Amino acid sequence: MNIPANLKYSKSHEWVEFLTDTCARVGITDFAQSQMGDIVYINLPLEGADVVCGESFTDIESVKAVSDVFSPVSGCVSNVNGALDDAPEQMNQSPYEAWICEVQGISATEELMDAAAYQAFIEEQ
Amino acid sequence: MKLLYEISAEGRALSLLPKLDVPRAELPENLRRTSPARLPQLSEIDLSRHYTALSKRTHGVNDGFYPLGSCTMKYNARVNEEAAALPGFSRVHPLQPVHTVQGSLRLLTDAETMLCEITGMDRMSFQPAAGAHGELLGLLLIKAYHKHHGNVGRNKIIVPDSAHGTNPASAAMVGYQVISVPSNAEGGVDLDALRAAVGEDTAGLMLTNPNTLGVFDKNILEITQIVHEAGGLNYYDGANLNAIMGVARPGDMGFDVVHLNLHKTFGTPHGGGGPGAGPVGVKDCLVPFLPAHQPIKLDDGYAFEDAAHTIGTVKSFYGNFLVVVRALCYILTLGREGIPEAAENAVLNSNYMMHLIKDIYPMATDGICMHEFVMALEPLKKQTGVSAMDIAKGLLDRGIHPPTMYFPLIVHEALMVEPTETESKSTLEQAADVLRELHKLAHDDPESLHQAPIHTPVRRLDEVGAARNPRLRYAFPEG
Repeated sequence: MNIPANLKYSKSHEWVEFLTDTCARVGITDFAQSQMGDIVYINLPLEGADVVCGESFTDIESVKAVSDVFSPVSGCVSNVNGALDDAPEQMNQSPYEAWICEVQGISATEELMDAAAYQAFIEEQ
Repeated sequence: MKLLYEISAEGRALSLLPKLDVPRAELPENLRRTSPARLPQLSEIDLSRHYTALSKRTHGVNDGFYPLGSCTMKYNARVNEEAAALPGFSRVHPLQPVHTVQGSLRLLTDAETMLCEITGMDRMSFQPAAGAHGELLGLLLIKAYHKHHGNVGRNKIIVPDSAHGTNPASAAMVGYQVISVPSNAEGGVDLDALRAAVGEDTAGLMLTNPNTLGVFDKNILEITQIVHEAGGLNYYDGANLNAIMGVARPGDMGFDVVHLNLHKTFGTPHGGGGPGAGPVGVKDCLVPFLPAHQPIKLDDGYAFEDAAHTIGTVKSFYGNFLVVVRALCYILTLGREGIPEAAENAVLNSNYMMHLIKDIYPMATDGICMHEFVMALEPLKKQTGVSAMDIAKGLLDRGIHPPTMYFPLIVHEALMVEPTETESKSTLEQAADVLRELHKLAHDDPESLHQAPIHTPVRRLDEVGAARNPRLRYAFPEG
């Protein structure tokens, strides 16, 4: 399982890459994509939308099911990875490059884990 | 296999269409076609062979065991079809004068009375065309109720995490926000989580009981009371009514509104694109909001009436009438003794089959199940690499329709099996033998299951490609 050391992780299997103290990129982890199976669609959030820690901010459809994706941070969506509209399979192929959106003005975060803690967490799953 | 357009040949024709039996009307000039419609030209034998070939490539209840969980794919007796085909029912028109269709209205009110008796409800509307449509109507009624009573802030519907996916979808369609509550260790609703979730913003709760894990929630009275005390209403998703019909009533469990799937539980075949019927039963508090054209019995015959604060219609006329004909036929055939016996046998069959395989296949929950059980194949996948999908494909090769896969979502590698009451003991034993054989094969020759199915008309379909690049329209060849 690929778990890059430079990222932070939530218990609901999202990764966070802090670009500054209050701005971050968000995506789903390798573990999340492996559980979902082949992803066929993402309902991307809108630019300018507010996201709240622990609340669903987008959903992803795989051949198995539609899964909610929970925001690991609170803030405002400042940029969206529109490429996923046409090629949602990027989340399967390279989950850490296939970022979903950037959030700025981050005012709160989930309890985030580092790579080692996340590794231990998914081994328990 | 060739499509009708591809076997079409210039000049062929058939005479299946009936003669025009109404006065001919001319369309206004601007609405008329300028070129002939592109329709296939076929002889009757071409058409007959095409559909026979299609039917040979599919798998229905008449072909073999069909334990598709939460879908109640029971065998439906031909007598129901005979009743629905009676010309007095099949040739009526919804705009006929009411005095000429008194028998059909009597049928609707009789079916209403009996289904209300079975569900513990006060009135029922037959308008919705299917289950999810019934959910939509049920929620519209809850919304109308709160609006009428000035309950402005109630905008949230509570749904357990084991719910059918249609429940949160229907709530969202009606403009409600969905709050998901987790399940407890037994697979029922976590009461503390429910208490924490209810409040002044609660419009209602949607619940299936028995739920999608095949578990009857023993706390049901407490659950509905918690919601009532918070000022919300309780919605019963009747998808799994087959397990309890004639034995326990949603109305007695504290539910205010239910939908039924007549095409699962009451005598109409399920699947194949319908038609179905998703009637909605309500307690007195919701009667004033029922859809328009409600059939009623008066002293001097039958008529239609509109409820005092009706929300209007949700489907043209009176719903899928012939499905209601089948339902009444089914109820009258089984009677007061037969209805509960069918439910008991559905539960017995499910438990029997589960016990034949539970030593090798772990189940999602312990103990006795209701009409269906959920196998959890995650350990098998970890040991052998054989997934729930692979087992499902192996079943196809052995003449059994796969169970529902990867649902409920809270169980990993789930296979959800619903045998129904219409299967014999020996059919259940044969199916259990096949599952045991597949379990052994998973350990001895997993690759053969990754390759399955090999005996079906088509092998594994590219479902990823179909979902990512759906081609939904027939592309006519050029020229």
